[in-house]
Amino acid sequence: MSYAIQAESVGKSFILHHQRNRPNDSLRDALAGSLSHLGRSLLRREETDQTEEFWALKDISFEIRPGERIGLLGRNGAGKSTLLKILSRTLEPSTGRIRIRGRIASLLEVGTGFHPELTGRENIYFNGAMLGMSKAEIGRKFDEIVDFAEVEQFLDTPVKHYSSGMYVRLGFAVAAHIDPEILIVDEVLAVGDARFQKKCIGKMHEISEEGRTLLFVSHNMHSIMQLTQRALVLDRGQMVCDADTRDAVTKYLSADAGEDISLPLRAKVDWIDDVNFRWLRQETDIGFNKPLNFQFCFTTEQHTSRLVVTIGFINTIGALVLTCKAELDHLQAGPQQFRLSISDHHLTPGTYFVRLDLWGSDEHLLEQDNVCTVDLFSASTDDRLIQRIARRRGDKFGCYAPITLQILHASESHQHD
Amino acid sequence: MPSHPEIIIEAGKSEHHYWRDVWRYRELFYFLAWRDILVRYKQTAIGLAWALVRPLFTIIVFTLIFGRLARLPSEGAPYSALVLVGMIPWQFFASAVNEASLGLANKENIITKVYFPRIIIPISGVIVNLVELAVGLAMLAVLLAWQQVAVTLNMLFLPLILLPALLLTFGCAVWVSALSVRFRDFRQVVPFALQMGLYISPIAYSAAIIPERWRVWYALNPFTGIIEGLRWSVFASSPTPPLQELAISLGIATLATASGIAYFRSIEKRFAELL
Repeated sequence: MSYAIQAESVGKSFILHHQRNRPNDSLRDALAGSLSHLGRSLLRREETDQTEEFWALKDISFEIRPGERIGLLGRNGAGKSTLLKILSRTLEPSTGRIRIRGRIASLLEVGTGFHPELTGRENIYFNGAMLGMSKAEIGRKFDEIVDFAEVEQFLDTPVKHYSSGMYVRLGFAVAAHIDPEILIVDEVLAVGDARFQKKCIGKMHEISEEGRTLLFVSHNMHSIMQLTQRALVLDRGQMVCDADTRDAVTKYLSADAGEDISLPLRAKVDWIDDVNFRWLRQETDIGFNKPLNFQFCFTTEQHTSRLVVTIGFINTIGALVLTCKAELDHLQAGPQQFRLSISDHHLTPGTYFVRLDLWGSDEHLLEQDNVCTVDLFSASTDDRLIQRIARRRGDKFGCYAPITLQILHASESHQHD
Repeated sequence: MPSHPEIIIEAGKSEHHYWRDVWRYRELFYFLAWRDILVRYKQTAIGLAWALVRPLFTIIVFTLIFGRLARLPSEGAPYSALVLVGMIPWQFFASAVNEASLGLANKENIITKVYFPRIIIPISGVIVNLVELAVGLAMLAVLLAWQQVAVTLNMLFLPLILLPALLLTFGCAVWVSALSVRFRDFRQVVPFALQMGLYISPIAYSAAIIPERWRVWYALNPFTGIIEGLRWSVFASSPTPPLQELAISLGIATLATASGIAYFRSIEKRFAELL
């Protein structure tokens, strides 16, 4: 079977040195180390070694076919960067084997190796050569690179005078024009303005459509969803999921949610206790306007009448964009568990903070901001406006509902005058 | 699109096609050297003239102190030219090795991010210093013409005698660059050792002032053979070149290069972790 990258039980361990036994990075330490080792073996005294082995990656196996677009997910410290560094051959694996077919270009940090004193032009040549391009190749692509980076005016200015945006654009432009068979991209899109991010995504699409392989790492689920078909999820050095991007993202996020089981909430009255509210993330499909389900539990010591629950959604700029309400006439005393489903919320993809309110027996029983966070993602089946909003982090938009537009006769509307 | 062969990364195994990779990245030698030259002389007021100023002032000082005040013998050659001949290989060696001790650390941002055979870094560091070597040789030509030193056939051997100097410099640069990643101390050791080397090598004086019985030991310094060989070729001071000393120099240079490359490659893969 053909593959672009094949990894077989790859692992990477680091030796952590604790304070007592510093690494042998000074000559005296090395000399003293070998002497004390000699002494120890002569005296046959076992000494507790103050080092600890830490496995940053353990038993990772996967196969990527040529032309596949793969996302790599995982929290900080999950081992993503270590894996990428092994793939780009700057770190050596401790165990296992990797086979790579084709030229790899990695964008582990845009503008790698730019020298601040050199001009944009000089850096294009130098950077290109470092990423494995020949001088003739760079010469051929030069105009294209400059065009893409939009730095024509500043070509002969040392890059230390560049804005950070220009710097990143130039770095991405060089790397994207290497024509690699395999492109590894790590978090580039975090920088640069929306327009350039879009351009980068476009370029990456283009690269993958040409049958090249893309390995993309980002914390931005929107771009992962947009760009990749399949995703690998790493957790504490181990691969926990290798699936269709949609499933992998859901799994990654729900694993996250499982961890942050919200703190017990405090009611405003003392006869309500054990309040718990949680978004059932794993039950929420990816895509616009998919039902949102919540779980709500509390214990009441009194019989309550006219119970009202409201759930408010606040966007990232602090605006309350949607309030949903549920009612119940009577509630017996005792532990209660509810499931709340919101089907037609029309929230655009983005991040929302949830606010919870509870009324009963003509009292305001509970009032809590930020009980949980809801992240909504667009799917490729959504309408194009939604996808565009998602790409631009549409948190500011709130709800979106189509308008039925009816054209009335112009002459009739003018008759009033 | 050039088809690339399969790369196999395996734990604990050295690169399968290391030298093929070095060849594939051959343009990087040029680019790294070019970048270093650009950076070195950019934003300095007199630019490349620095390559002239350093040896020039050293020669003036050494000629005044050793030639005029201490009146050391020069075997008929003009003292300033004698010093310059010694300075040319030494300056080349010293600045290449000194830069090698900093080279990898300065390129940390590249090493931790991109793969290429790391040995390209010390090699291109040596290439950069060839510029100063060339400037030094040009200076020598001018000085010899000015001092009206006779042109002899011996001078044809000059490039040949520079060869062990090149090899030695390369071997030491590779050693030092790897060692200074592994042990930070080398960043302190190297300038100090180079300062000592300036005095224990026959640079400011002729090896003729060394008592006969010490000569054998003195020849163990590879620079003795190189510098005396160069003086033979420039001044035709003796009928035969110091072949024995040159053989020792060549032997040491070869040994340094071979062992240097072996050591470099043995720790190269851990550079990204060590830096």
